[in-house]
Amino acid sequence: MSGYTAVTEHDLEPMLAAIGVDSIEQLFDGIPAGVRLSGEIDLPPGEPEQDVYAELHRLAQRNVCTEDETTFLGAGMYDHYVPAIVDMLMSRSEFLTPYTPYQPEVSQGGLQVMFEYQTAISELTGLPVSNASLYEGPSAVGAAAYLAKLSNKRPRVLVSRGVHPDSRETLRTLAVGYGTTVQEIALDDAVTDLNALSDALSDDVSAVILQQPNFLGAIEDVAALSAAAHEHGALAICAADPLTLGVIEAPGRQGADVCVGEGQTLGNRLDFGGPSFGFFAATEQHLRSMPGRIAGETIDADGRRGFVLTLQTREQHIRREKATSNICTSQALNALAGVVYLSWLGREGIVEIGELMLQRTHYARETLAAIEGVSKLHDRPVVREFALRLDVGGPDGVSRVVERCAAAQINAGFALARAYDEYGDGLLVAITEQRSRQDIDRFASVLAEAVAAERARAAAGAAA
Amino acid sequence: MAEASYPEKLHYHAEHDWALLDGDVATFGITWFAQDALGEVVFFDPPEVGSTVTANEFYAEVESVKAVSDVIAPLSGEIVEVNTALADAPEAINEEPYDGGWMVKVKLSDPAEVDSLLDRETYVSGL
Amino acid sequence: MSILDGGATAQQRERATTLYEKGAPGRRAYVAPQLDVPHVDDLIPQGMRRAEPPRLPEASEPEIVRHFVNLSKRNFDLDSGFYPLGSCTMKHNPRLHERVAALPGHARLHPLQDPKRAQGALELMFELQGALGEIAGLPHVSLQPSAGSHGELAGVLLTRAFHEDRGEQRTKVLTPDSAHGTNPATVTMAGYEVVKVKLDADGGVDVEDLRAKADRDTACLMLTNPSTLGIFDPNIEEIAEIVHGVGATLYYDGANLNAIMGYSRPGDMGFDIVHFNLHKTFTQPHGGGGPGAGPIAVSERIEPYLPRPQVVCSAPANGGPPAFDLDYDRPKSIGKLRGFQGNYGVFVRTYAYIRSLGAEGLKDVSEVAVLNANYLLARLRDEVGDLLPLAFGERCMHEFVLSGAPMKKALGIRTLDLAKRLLDHGMHPPTVYFPLVVEEALLIEPTETETRETLDAFVDAIASIVREAADDPEIARDAPYSTPVRRLDEAGAAKRPRVRQSL
Repeated sequence: MSGYTAVTEHDLEPMLAAIGVDSIEQLFDGIPAGVRLSGEIDLPPGEPEQDVYAELHRLAQRNVCTEDETTFLGAGMYDHYVPAIVDMLMSRSEFLTPYTPYQPEVSQGGLQVMFEYQTAISELTGLPVSNASLYEGPSAVGAAAYLAKLSNKRPRVLVSRGVHPDSRETLRTLAVGYGTTVQEIALDDAVTDLNALSDALSDDVSAVILQQPNFLGAIEDVAALSAAAHEHGALAICAADPLTLGVIEAPGRQGADVCVGEGQTLGNRLDFGGPSFGFFAATEQHLRSMPGRIAGETIDADGRRGFVLTLQTREQHIRREKATSNICTSQALNALAGVVYLSWLGREGIVEIGELMLQRTHYARETLAAIEGVSKLHDRPVVREFALRLDVGGPDGVSRVVERCAAAQINAGFALARAYDEYGDGLLVAITEQRSRQDIDRFASVLAEAVAAERARAAAGAAA
Repeated sequence: MAEASYPEKLHYHAEHDWALLDGDVATFGITWFAQDALGEVVFFDPPEVGSTVTANEFYAEVESVKAVSDVIAPLSGEIVEVNTALADAPEAINEEPYDGGWMVKVKLSDPAEVDSLLDRETYVSGL
Repeated sequence: MSILDGGATAQQRERATTLYEKGAPGRRAYVAPQLDVPHVDDLIPQGMRRAEPPRLPEASEPEIVRHFVNLSKRNFDLDSGFYPLGSCTMKHNPRLHERVAALPGHARLHPLQDPKRAQGALELMFELQGALGEIAGLPHVSLQPSAGSHGELAGVLLTRAFHEDRGEQRTKVLTPDSAHGTNPATVTMAGYEVVKVKLDADGGVDVEDLRAKADRDTACLMLTNPSTLGIFDPNIEEIAEIVHGVGATLYYDGANLNAIMGYSRPGDMGFDIVHFNLHKTFTQPHGGGGPGAGPIAVSERIEPYLPRPQVVCSAPANGGPPAFDLDYDRPKSIGKLRGFQGNYGVFVRTYAYIRSLGAEGLKDVSEVAVLNANYLLARLRDEVGDLLPLAFGERCMHEFVLSGAPMKKALGIRTLDLAKRLLDHGMHPPTVYFPLVVEEALLIEPTETETRETLDAFVDAIASIVREAADDPEIARDAPYSTPVRRLDEAGAAKRPRVRQSL
């Protein structure tokens, strides 16, 4: 017996008697001898709560988290401030512990949260219908391509090289299953090459997939790219950073048929990559092929306003092999964090936080690019992330610069060589509202030193 | 429709669909039994005018809150008309499965197929 | 005026209002940090600037808190009451797990942090992989999939990669009629055709039907054991032989793992690929619909195809502590199913659970889960067995399926009505109308964390509803009465979907 079960000897006897067996072991008689575990599972014995806590604490201490360094690392997840009310609401029993709302009469809390979340996502993306969440960003991109396939049955999808590498790889992995070929469209000066896209488009293309801002931080011309897709009858799918949508135009107003993305920036922690949530919004015509749970408004037997899971015939538990997706558990609690966060930011706050990031990002890019040996990889308009070139002899040099910065408790960002062979000397730097001018100035000074030291080292090596 | 009913004049398919003949054009729909099993219909997505249907194969789906059902064509032919009123009022399929709840009108390609359909008595006895 | 006479509860009298309908222009909770850099105009080109801000709510912090706290009170939850949802394993969520998951070293760690500076996270993941592998009886684990159905998709894609690597193009995946809907949905997403295998009279796989259908065109058989009927398939060894005999893989849906820990392992039963539902067996809170995680364990022959990256461990040359890393160099990998490494926050909680329980504790979990289910079954059989009989077999494992068909015939109330009336008794109903193979199904899984008293109270509630229905079936048919809303018009919601607040 542990602290979580409650069967004592006092309980056991009458329970066995009611069942009509002599021992618990008898209840497992149905397991054939050939598949019985002889002996125990090979795991150490259980520990008291305080020891488990100590162990988890020890492991936590072995990680350098964003409290231990000033981080400019982004590339898909960002160190934003999560307000205290998010933690408080997420930890309430009534939100933390129930199941998916299959009995709506006792789940109005969760269902209304979904409805308010769907409204918020619809507002951000400029598209009329949203689901109640998917797992996270990259798999949402895969789900969008699946919807496109169900919609027009065409076999090919074009994805910009500006889309997050994990999204492109996830898309490829999932596309193997539903039989779509994936073709990449190159970047031209850090944004999707419209000519290359037009050349690649034909009537066998199901969808064109972009990211806004793209992986290099650049703002894409979603309107032009979507128009090109539409000219050939393809869907325009835009993966967007939701926290930039207070200052960047909504993809839905620029021709995107589907807008998806990673929701981590909305009130969710980094958590070494998850759990967060993915959002998925689309035009009205795709409502009945959308994946995931959808909450809908209705009335009860006495005429009261209420909410239910609706359009369930799309889903696996009813449609089974013809379902629009296999998703069952999604990310309801993280979506709750998202809608609480968006409510906390409010109509004015979403614009203000965008403006703040915009100005500080500009300042950071100008400041860092002024360093000897550092230049802009591109000069496209950016909102919260940008790419630099470090003249330090290639990827190894960049790694060493990042290492030097880390020793000064600064996480300099993402070395682009990790994902793009063509940007071997690149560094991707992210700004959030938590990075003050002081932080940026300190970063500049540490980076300047690190780059200088690395260039000196390289020069010494060359001279040797 | 509260009471089970199966009009005499219709031809029936074992998968709970009916056909009403008028020369070489037939109207299709689902029977009282089918709509009762489905519950309140919430969505019917009709096929396009001009597409072909094949006897014994499904040509559309009808959805209730908790179920999806294939609609089987009793006879083969080309769709000449679809009941567009069902888009706004799919519940007509429950309320008038044989009148306002009609689904498609088909120009038959092989009228002799009618011979393999069931008459009212045979269909009802199989329920 | 009683609730049954039409008097409304306090919550029913409050009209549901969204936060968009509260607040007022100009109200706010957010206080923005000061702009500490020079302001520069026109950083975003005209055509790309947001023209109209999104219409998010405008409310102060107290308003937001009150709104969501009051919303929460319109929810039934596991901390508050019995939640015997079959197939969901609604077991207690230990609060230690929330505390450790919130430690900044775990919660504020960036997924792309240099592995050298994330050794705690990688060590945790590596140890968890090992523990899950041990529980499954299979050597290689990927923590990447984010939910059970995500794990299923991984499993079928792994199967595809396995066959294609051998130059084979197989087209079919077999699943039994009783399977959870995610199984056939996954098969379609992975590009295979679903072939259904019949059940025999005892609720297990019909071995002869399997033998007839399994051929060299079969890629995989997806099973859960015990099945969704709560029955351990006694023919599992023969099933494995047939499937492996045609060169197909055998996939284990781990939803029902709670029944067998310490007694049997899917790897020993012959399964090649197993997925776990960390939000079922391993206490990750359900959160109203996620997050969860669906890691997979696989046999040696499937290992090369596992998603990237894998967490690996190496003993450093100078004899220091082991070093953990993320290995992306996997040429035969199916690729990625999602960004980064998976739902790490869920791994932290699961790891804490496994360390708390240990080998003995996990066995205790399954023993008490099976004991509680059989006890509940026995008591229900005594009280209402003629109206709600067990659908298959005599006993069960951790869950069991009753059929409400006799009750419907005798009393005129359906499983649905019974479930709705249970809400008035302050309990969450079991799973209804699943599995599809049982008429008027009621799938009940008490889990090991419930006491005997709670199980007895549930039996009493069911018995009382049945007695009440014998007298007046209308009561259950119009239930519930005491909940924040009464029965909702789901047909209307599907016909004219309103999926957002109009503004």
